[in-house]
Amino acid sequence: MESWVEIVSAIFIYIGVIFLVISSVGIIRLPDFYIRMSAITKAATLGIGFIVTGITIYFNEVVIMNKSITIILFMLLTSPVAAHVIARAAFRNRVLFWEKTIIEEFKPYLKEHGAMPETNVDKADLPGKKQ
Amino acid sequence: MNAFHISLIVAISVISICLIMVMIRFFKGPTLPDRVTAFDLFSANIIGITAIYAVLTDNTSVMDVAIILSLISFLGAMSFAYYLNK
Repeated sequence: MESWVEIVSAIFIYIGVIFLVISSVGIIRLPDFYIRMSAITKAATLGIGFIVTGITIYFNEVVIMNKSITIILFMLLTSPVAAHVIARAAFRNRVLFWEKTIIEEFKPYLKEHGAMPETNVDKADLPGKKQ
Repeated sequence: MNAFHISLIVAISVISICLIMVMIRFFKGPTLPDRVTAFDLFSANIIGITAIYAVLTDNTSVMDVAIILSLISFLGAMSFAYYLNK
């Protein structure tokens, strides 16, 4: 029979593994680079946070708790910054948006910077004109 | 070898399947930013495997590897973004 510490730690680790599975399915299934970015950043950070919390509960030491807080703080600090920087670099390199992305309010900015190819803007126009 | 260790090995196997899915996106990705984000998620999965491995072997010094990995993945993403902006 396992102790309560092991059961609670295993529950936390499995919640984290489920979040990592969600983000890994999202990077395959989602249609657009910018949508995939949101799946990666949020779900992976939360998954690693849960896994490290479960490990802290299992070891029950102050040193491990400091290391876990360091890992979670680094992930919370660096993950949004890296996602923002890569998304801005992709936007400047004219990576295409998804066809069904709503970019009505965004369009003057895109035309001003020349970051949107004309064909993609026309495709985004089509459903609005039909209705 | 009790049930807790078996559940940890199952968790590592599930994250390994996630690594295979990320590698599919890494080979298929149409553009370079797709591959950079796939690398980011790949290193996040490896941090999870390393952290579970620390429990599996009762070796607490493996946690340092997870800290270093979380720093290096940020460095890789930032350097690729710098290369893309150039």
